[in-house]
Amino acid sequence: MRIAEHWINGAVLIGIAALPLWALFIDEPFTITLVTRAVILALAAVGLNIVLGFGGLVSFGHAVFFGLGGYAMGILAYHAQTYTVLDLGFFTTEGTKSMPIIWLVAMGISAIAAFFIGLLCLRTSGVYFIMITLAFGQMFYYFAISWAQYGGEDGLSIYVRNGFPGLNTLVPIQFFGICFALLCLVLILKARLQRAPFGLALNALRQSEARVATMGLNPMRIKLLAFVLSGAITGLAGALFADLNRFVSPAMFSWQFSGELIVLIIIGGVGRLMGPVIGACVFVALEHFLGGLTDFWHVYLGLILLGIVLFGRGGLLGLLTGKEGAHV
Amino acid sequence: MSDAAPILETRHLSKSFGALKATDDVSITLQPGEIHAIIGPNGAGKSTLIQQICGALRPDTGNVVLDGRDISGLSTQARARAGLGRTFQVSQLCMEDSVLENALLGAVGAQGAAWRFWRRALETAELRATAEAALARVGLSDEAATRCANLSHGARRQLEVAMALTLRPRAFIMDEPMAGMGAAGSKRLTGLLDGLRQEAPILLVEHDMDAVFALADRISVLVYGKIIATGSAQEIRSSRAVREAYLGDAE
Repeated sequence: MRIAEHWINGAVLIGIAALPLWALFIDEPFTITLVTRAVILALAAVGLNIVLGFGGLVSFGHAVFFGLGGYAMGILAYHAQTYTVLDLGFFTTEGTKSMPIIWLVAMGISAIAAFFIGLLCLRTSGVYFIMITLAFGQMFYYFAISWAQYGGEDGLSIYVRNGFPGLNTLVPIQFFGICFALLCLVLILKARLQRAPFGLALNALRQSEARVATMGLNPMRIKLLAFVLSGAITGLAGALFADLNRFVSPAMFSWQFSGELIVLIIIGGVGRLMGPVIGACVFVALEHFLGGLTDFWHVYLGLILLGIVLFGRGGLLGLLTGKEGAHV
Repeated sequence: MSDAAPILETRHLSKSFGALKATDDVSITLQPGEIHAIIGPNGAGKSTLIQQICGALRPDTGNVVLDGRDISGLSTQARARAGLGRTFQVSQLCMEDSVLENALLGAVGAQGAAWRFWRRALETAELRATAEAALARVGLSDEAATRCANLSHGARRQLEVAMALTLRPRAFIMDEPMAGMGAAGSKRLTGLLDGLRQEAPILLVEHDMDAVFALADRISVLVYGKIIATGSAQEIRSSRAVREAYLGDAE
């Protein structure tokens, strides 16, 4: 069975857009929330896929950026809802309930964190890179747990979803629309990026670092920029995720979440534009349907993952398109 | 040719790994328009020398000078930008990508274009022109769309040369370009390198003696990290020291 990849990609996006509309029609708001969740996880994984799929860097610490995005939203909204002042020493603010501002802050903070984490981690490679990114994840996780001012272990609840000009974000389909639009926007940017000279260099870097340096290109700078872009996108997803649940907790920083993101990408197809999106949809569907049947649904997820790793290295997209390599 | 200022020069390069002297006071020059071959038995330190010239290894002492400028402190990528076009002994290519995409990578590097994020590299005229010119030069135009992993060994060696060409280097550094080539392929590549010296001089490390004697204007013999002789093919053939150390005493 071989289907051209762009047909699958188009069908998946149309499916993701159609399902909530159908749910709206039959009045099943929970389904809309479920699809929104898949879209947000997809966005986070698309971010990770920039470094994992194209750069070949297995970051086991992307929960850091997801959590930072979440906490950026949580902290800004918390101050806004309690009418308290956030004093950063050089800057004071009363917080905000405006999504666009929160997104910018979430992406900015994630990008800055990715810059400094990348500066350290990207000097290593292979297992060491995996371990050092994991270590950063754990640092942020335990920091969040002990950060009593913002709920510590219990996390922070935000009572009313943040606002977007002209929309009522509390209506599930409208919030879904926002998330879906952002996902599409990021996918378009990503599709351009991977064919542009920068994407060419990043792609080459995965295959031979010596080659890239010999062509006069600075491997470290390319990897660092990819890591920063990747972190910013995952951070944006974190802010949306927090808004979806109206809740942030240290769990967003957990290594399990970093692992889940990697699993999503492997299920869908490493290094493929839509791999993370398909992976996220499958993951959320399994979580919902299998999770409803048995508490042990992770066992089945594990079996599926095993099957894909053993028999279909290109993920589901690889199986459908009949191409194992992502860049063939 | 010896009077002109050298394009590339090593000055008293030395490098030790523990007690092993891999490079021992090596001073060589590469003059405009020449092919200077470095030969020597296995383990003589040829690869170590190349790595020091190209920036992968730091010498313990000594300098590498390109166009009169000391580049010893520069990184690999900075040396590439300064004008070193290197080919690898074991092909370092992006196997998953097409031949044209590989050549484009060189063009991206040559034009410092890595910080472009929107326009397709394949549709950027100036990048394509550089890449396609280099492919044409080595005779790979017909293979432009071929995936690199499906290329023959010989064609991969040609692509290595094409990628170095995209940089418009001041000097080529070629690490055993003939390695693994059959007689016919070797002959074709020899013809290609022969013409390349007009573009930039070539520092050629090579095991294939037919190629070396056919191409080299000068030959230096490296044994145990030391240059024991430098001269024309004729001088090297007749040098007693070289015979004893390297070619094996024929008598």
